[in-house]
Amino acid sequence: MIEIRHLYKQYDNTNVVEDLSLDINKGEVLGFLGPNGAGKSTTMKMITGFIEPTSGKIKIKNLSIKDNSLEVKKYIGYLPEGAPQYGEMTTYDFLVFVAKIRGIHKNQLSEAISMVVENLSLHDVLNKRIEHLSKGFKRRVGIAQAIIHDPEILIMDEPTDGLDPNQKYDVRELIKKISKDKTIIISTHILEEVEAVCTRAAIIAKGKLLFDDTPKILKESGSGNLDNIFRQITMRSSS
Amino acid sequence: MKNIIIIFNRELLSYFSTPIAYVFLVIFLLLSGSLTFYMGGFYERGQADLLPFFSFHPWLYLFLVPAISMKLWAEERKSGTIELILTLPVKVSEVVIGKYLAAWFFISLALLLTFPIWITVNYLGEPDNGAIISGYLGSLLMSGGFLAIGSCMSSITQNQVIAFIISVVVCFIFLLSGTNLVLDFFNTWLPQGAVDAIASLSFLSHFSSLSKGVIDLRDFIYYAALIGFWLYINIELVNIKKGG
Repeated sequence: MIEIRHLYKQYDNTNVVEDLSLDINKGEVLGFLGPNGAGKSTTMKMITGFIEPTSGKIKIKNLSIKDNSLEVKKYIGYLPEGAPQYGEMTTYDFLVFVAKIRGIHKNQLSEAISMVVENLSLHDVLNKRIEHLSKGFKRRVGIAQAIIHDPEILIMDEPTDGLDPNQKYDVRELIKKISKDKTIIISTHILEEVEAVCTRAAIIAKGKLLFDDTPKILKESGSGNLDNIFRQITMRSSS
Repeated sequence: MKNIIIIFNRELLSYFSTPIAYVFLVIFLLLSGSLTFYMGGFYERGQADLLPFFSFHPWLYLFLVPAISMKLWAEERKSGTIELILTLPVKVSEVVIGKYLAAWFFISLALLLTFPIWITVNYLGEPDNGAIISGYLGSLLMSGGFLAIGSCMSSITQNQVIAFIISVVVCFIFLLSGTNLVLDFFNTWLPQGAVDAIASLSFLSHFSSLSKGVIDLRDFIYYAALIGFWLYINIELVNIKKGG
């Protein structure tokens, strides 16, 4: 579904992403792990076509992003880092706006919106301005706009950041629920999350892929709990 | 085209869901009215026309249009929504044009709300209403020119204050490019041909004939080319520098 080959991204002559190659298939939930500044967000921005790689190729459903960016963007739902939204809009107006841009037909508009409102429990904030919402609600509105067109590919940059434990649980359950026929990439710092929802874990640090296997093998690959293993893998690269 | 309309509607809605719209409309109407009557000597002139009204528009736009345009792109960058909008299936050109048209529509609304002065002048005398319509048209086109510059300048930074200041400066140069103030600066180091070309770009000279009721196709072409040029640069700038 997603094919990444020898991906590089340079800023001011330093490699933020270095020779990254990955294949992500339908039905997989890939947990993208790494310390801050590892290149997770940059990689996601390249997959969604927001920024262009310095070199390397990304193909989505066998279409090169570079040549078919408009087509490819239709397949993707994306929650950018920090869940940016138009604060002066109400939740409802914002969702309608995204749905319209996504080309959802008028007849299906209310159905699509009630689906995401239901899934993310947004009933109470539908007519509130987004700028007045709590961090948790903002994040949920961000997820709602990402899944409103029922995308085949879902990319979420730290979807549970800023949520309380109950909300985290809900979002994880939602990801599990919708993951069957989708390809999902989530980035996170939280290792339990990978264990809870991901079928595959990829660890990157300093732009390089250090580990790519199932969460189970990740857990068995070192001593102690997941946090320790994560530290071992990522520190090894910096020493 | 459909996407342009969706972007247009969203933008326009956002003007009216913040105080920006109301503050702008009130200030614009107050200033354009008081300048006409006090500094323009609307009554004292004893002539039934709107020349004193239109003659202040370039100066009003110089500050008020960048105040509208500064947020167009700088705010998208600052708040990160640029990443949201540009990962949706829309072309950059559609977003640039949709935003631009919404802002232009909003300014034209402000211009439309000055209609009491038109009623006043018709009540007081018998003005040439054709000339007044031509003046409004010229004013509208000129605001579009200012706005295209402002939109473009807004796309180079995520700081709205910087966007505002640079827009005012560039608009000022375009406004006064026919006058000695600007031409003397270029005279010293540019060949005469280039200086003449700069002189012909002046907003003021292209506006003044329209405000007097002289409709010249060249003025329309001038503004259309100017708007097209700056919006093209705007699209390219957003394309090149999406992230930072």
